[in-house]
Amino acid sequence: MPAFILRRFLSSIVVLFCVVSITFLLSRAQKGGPFERERMTPEAKAKKERQYELDGPAWWQLQRYLGKVFLHADLGVSIRYTDRTVTEILAQKMPNSIKLGGCAFLIASLGGVALGFAAAMRKDSALDVSCMFFALGAVSVPTFITGPLMIAVFGLWLRWLPVGGWGNLKQILMPSVCLALPYLAYVSRLTRNSLLEVMSQNYMRTAKAKGLDEATALFKHALKIALLPVITYLGPMAAYVLTGSFIIESVFNISGAGSLFVNAIQNVDPFLLTGAVSVYCAAILLFNFIVDVSYGVLDKRIQLNG
Amino acid sequence: MAEAVTNRWSGSRPNGWEVLKRNRVAMISLAFLVMLVLAAVVVPFFLNDAIKQPTTDQFFRPGTTSVDGTRYHLLGTDVNGNDLFYRLLTGAQVSLGVGLVAACLSLFIGTIYGMVSGYAGGRVDGIMMRGVDILYAIPRILFVMIFISAFDQYFKDALDAVRLWAQGRSSFIEQSARNLIPYSRIMILVISLGLVEWLTMARIVRGQVLVLKELAFVTASRSMGQGWWMILYKHLWPNLSTIILTYLTLTIPAVILDESFLSYLGLGISDPAASWGSLLKDGAPVINPLESKWWLLAFPALLMSVSLLALNFLGDGLRDAFDPKSSD
Repeated sequence: MPAFILRRFLSSIVVLFCVVSITFLLSRAQKGGPFERERMTPEAKAKKERQYELDGPAWWQLQRYLGKVFLHADLGVSIRYTDRTVTEILAQKMPNSIKLGGCAFLIASLGGVALGFAAAMRKDSALDVSCMFFALGAVSVPTFITGPLMIAVFGLWLRWLPVGGWGNLKQILMPSVCLALPYLAYVSRLTRNSLLEVMSQNYMRTAKAKGLDEATALFKHALKIALLPVITYLGPMAAYVLTGSFIIESVFNISGAGSLFVNAIQNVDPFLLTGAVSVYCAAILLFNFIVDVSYGVLDKRIQLNG
Repeated sequence: MAEAVTNRWSGSRPNGWEVLKRNRVAMISLAFLVMLVLAAVVVPFFLNDAIKQPTTDQFFRPGTTSVDGTRYHLLGTDVNGNDLFYRLLTGAQVSLGVGLVAACLSLFIGTIYGMVSGYAGGRVDGIMMRGVDILYAIPRILFVMIFISAFDQYFKDALDAVRLWAQGRSSFIEQSARNLIPYSRIMILVISLGLVEWLTMARIVRGQVLVLKELAFVTASRSMGQGWWMILYKHLWPNLSTIILTYLTLTIPAVILDESFLSYLGLGISDPAASWGSLLKDGAPVINPLESKWWLLAFPALLMSVSLLALNFLGDGLRDAFDPKSSD
């Protein structure tokens, strides 16, 4: 087990390293670098490039940047945001995105499991059919359609929830539910199908034959196995939720990291872009690492190599 | 193709196409999609040419006619006086086209990756699938965004170079290069989406190959001295075709969603081209409680949701028919 954890941890570090390098190189490959738009003399441009350590061949720039990031945990300075450090900007914008993503993640995973559980318990009932119909619908409709729809219905028409703003629970509820919907739907389908499969296994019949009632058999033998596919999906879901929040932030006017990304790309701001991508990827890789380890703990059948 | 399927299961399981034909929701979805594609391709030819460019009819309500009575706007107009009906149809062309081409590209990559990984087995398989796991965990759409912004300008310049080169040599090439320049984003979008959407396909194909390669006919052809490439191509590929068709149908809506995500953020399709995502982006800000221009949001949203739903229903039906064991 410790060897497995160590291997996974090291491979996460390698992946992060690759992600940072590729992002940096891609953002430097963009035509018309950060200093092209302001009309400068070549000397002034060269001076600026030297100042930001963006001179010389690409690999040399990359080497200096990686050294700064991994050895000194310094993400550099933003070129567009009047030379504020990237860490400062991220610290200001990220918390909102993480809060939104975290709420949505909890709603999607817990709500999805509950819904899928209910549907599997009453297979082929009206509840099951409508749940699965809803699930397919929620997967198909993008959040930038459900978002305005929810604002129109719950905010403007029924007046249950505030339309804008950010901070208290009521204001967080609508954006995070909207962000969670497609993933909630997917998780509920996943839970339902895997629970149905587990319940048709022989060991479940044995459990009932030896006298366990339905609920005990379910919680003792079925649930842990049935949730394994859901746990595998949690890792990719974290990635989807974090990027999905870009749209939600723009629909609900929340000041988060989404606009930061888009602006960094459009303004050709390599340090800000790479910094934001690395923080996102680091968070997601860490989360995946935790999921992997917990998966190993939950499922004794899994071989801990790789 | 139906013949091969019947032989393959030799009575032990109902024919997939029969299962699909009995699935009413899937058949309705299929009919809807066929009609949508036909409408998107054919109807623009019959429309009045006057409504195909920006006009002075700013924010006309649905079903109104322009002042001089020449232009009828079935679904209203937007801020530039573009007819929404025409924009929706061309948007459908772009969205569905991007979805189909990028899904085919991802299918190509995913199938080959999955077939090689599954057939090789052992350590190679382990490493290749670990790679897929890692890619799953990375927010791929971010890389599509960065990739597009990094290479868009190069692509435009290359097209421009082609146009200059063709000047005076072949007016056809020059004209097509000139016409393609505004649409260069779409091509780079298709390529980058195709490059990231192949992961599910690779996993599914690998799982199937793992089962198929143990079957007697593969052993037989190996004992006859056929190379691994011929076995993959001649024996495994035909057996994979229905599964691939199924996941192609399910990849298209995923790609369309990604494309609309990018267009909504302003990094995907931009004027003069339109897609459902960019139409929704233009429609969203004009919604306000005082003077609502609801048609700019409602019609694209409706068409897009219904189309994606139809694609997902069809894919689901295909999966029930051809891959009944898969659980998600």
